[in-house]
Amino acid sequence: MLAFLIRRLFQSVVVLLVVGAVSFGMFRFIGDPVNNMLGQERTQADIADLRERLGLDRSVFVQYAVFLRNAAQGDFGVSYRQGRPVADIIAERAPATLELAAVSGVMALVFGIGLGVITAIKRDSLVSSTIMTLSLVGVSLPTFLIGILLIYVLSVQLEWLPSFGRGETVRVGGWTTGFLTQSGLVALILPAITLGLYQMTLIMRIVRSEMLEVLRQDYIRFARARGLRERSINFRHALKNTLVPVITVTGLQMGSIIAFSIITETVFQWPGMGLLFINAVQFVDIPVMAAYLMLISVLFVSINLVVDLLYFAIDPRLSIERVKA
Amino acid sequence: MTPPPVLSVRNLVVAIPSRAGISRPVNGISYDIAPGEILGVVGESGAGKSMAGNAIIGLLDRPAHIASGEVWLNGNRIDNLPPDDLRRIRGRQIGMVFQDPLTSLNPLLQIGDQLTETIREHLPMSAAQARDRAVAALEEVGIPAAAERLNSYPHEFSGGMRQRVVIALALCAEPSLVIADEPTTALDVSVQAQIIALLRRLCRDRGTAVMLVTHDMGVIAEAADRVAVMYAGRLAELGPVRSVIHAPRHPYADGLMGAMPSLSIGQRRLRQIPGAMPRPSRIPPGCAFNPRCPRAADKCRVDPPPTLADDPQGRAACWFPMEHPA
Repeated sequence: MLAFLIRRLFQSVVVLLVVGAVSFGMFRFIGDPVNNMLGQERTQADIADLRERLGLDRSVFVQYAVFLRNAAQGDFGVSYRQGRPVADIIAERAPATLELAAVSGVMALVFGIGLGVITAIKRDSLVSSTIMTLSLVGVSLPTFLIGILLIYVLSVQLEWLPSFGRGETVRVGGWTTGFLTQSGLVALILPAITLGLYQMTLIMRIVRSEMLEVLRQDYIRFARARGLRERSINFRHALKNTLVPVITVTGLQMGSIIAFSIITETVFQWPGMGLLFINAVQFVDIPVMAAYLMLISVLFVSINLVVDLLYFAIDPRLSIERVKA
Repeated sequence: MTPPPVLSVRNLVVAIPSRAGISRPVNGISYDIAPGEILGVVGESGAGKSMAGNAIIGLLDRPAHIASGEVWLNGNRIDNLPPDDLRRIRGRQIGMVFQDPLTSLNPLLQIGDQLTETIREHLPMSAAQARDRAVAALEEVGIPAAAERLNSYPHEFSGGMRQRVVIALALCAEPSLVIADEPTTALDVSVQAQIIALLRRLCRDRGTAVMLVTHDMGVIAEAADRVAVMYAGRLAELGPVRSVIHAPRHPYADGLMGAMPSLSIGQRRLRQIPGAMPRPSRIPPGCAFNPRCPRAADKCRVDPPPTLADDPQGRAACWFPMEHPA
């Protein structure tokens, strides 16, 4: 178990180093930021001065080493566009994205598992075929279209919900939250649905197919033959056996929710990291892009680690096999 | 006076409707099992043995269903009960043991949890009482250090031990009938005998009736009191195990016995029954066995076979049963 953990941590570090190299590579290959930052009115001395200040005059390897050292300390340099430290900008934007991701993640998980179990148990009913058909829509419609449709129906036509922004936020410590105001909560609804719908339908379809598989197993038959209640059979005996693949996919999806909230944030003008990233791309604001890339890869690597640890928590057979191996 | 039977099956028919028509994998079987008695049910794969067991305990998979006939358990009719009443009977009055102990236990739940959940479902017990009972149940089936093993997962047991756990689970609420569906098929030969002996001892001690479904005549010979030979959904022969083995009256039962190897020296060649059992959708008219039967006459190809009661010895469903000199 410990050996496994150490091995996984080592692998994680390798992944981060590779992503770091890619992020760093952007500085080298995507345009020259100095021209953008100084504009037309510039002297050769200004350029040399800025290059030195940004560390662009040193060798590639030194730059990479410096980049890694700073990145490890959470220092990603200064935004070319805003002229402020990237870490500050991201810390400012992170709460909006994380709150949105948390709400849609929880929503996707709760409804995905619930509906998956229901459609598996009542396999041939009208309800489950309706849900399955609708889920096809969720899987196949692109996110931005769902967002625009929701805005059109619920904001423009019915005028029930706001179409953009975070509503009022409250500052708690260094964290701005939309959970504490009514307008903040209302503003969360549409983006959360838009962001979570795909993940929800995906989780639902996986839970359903896993459940159908598990319900055919002998131990479920034996549980029935012992007269256990359907509820216990479905949720205690069957659901737990579906969780390993479900957690694998869910983990990756949680990563994607945060990483790819870009589209949803753009559609709803949600002031989070996704929107920050899109703007950074438009202005070739490489330190912001690099920091975002690193952040997302840290996120994916840690989610994968958590998923691996959850396997052990769920399936007692794994710990034994590890010990034997 | 014989005690009233634990289980009475009367003209049980299981039907599976399909586009090609209705097939009847179990087609009118009747038998009783007395308290403490072990009835062996034998036949080839697809003869309807397991289907009959599933029908009795109410676990047929749709679209299979009981089309007609009656199942009586301890004097109560159970084939027409609503699902939730039937669920209460399962585990409490009818226990079931499945073929493969490796897949019968939930791999993610400790066996103690699986036992106490079953016990508390059927008996009004506190968690602590159920735990004591679970320990007792494991001790009874010969699991050493039972109290410590409660927290073990199924994969921490060997195949034979797991089948003991399965038996403990099937018997933990003291049912009056146990349906054992090929309980030894997946086990080592050396473990098979232990499991059969265990099942027989537990049921004798408690007066539990057993329906032992198997295709292994050796198991039947060792464990059963009476044996029912099934062919294509019907009973071909039903009688005391010694008589059926040594003096079978139905040509199919005779064929089965001829195909059974023995360990005696100077063994003759095993006989085999030509052909294969028909699928439930392709049962020939008359007696289902007639195309393969060495004694078949024209009557057998036209008229359905007589009932067991028509046989002077009350054993075989055959127009021309075999006579054996006494």
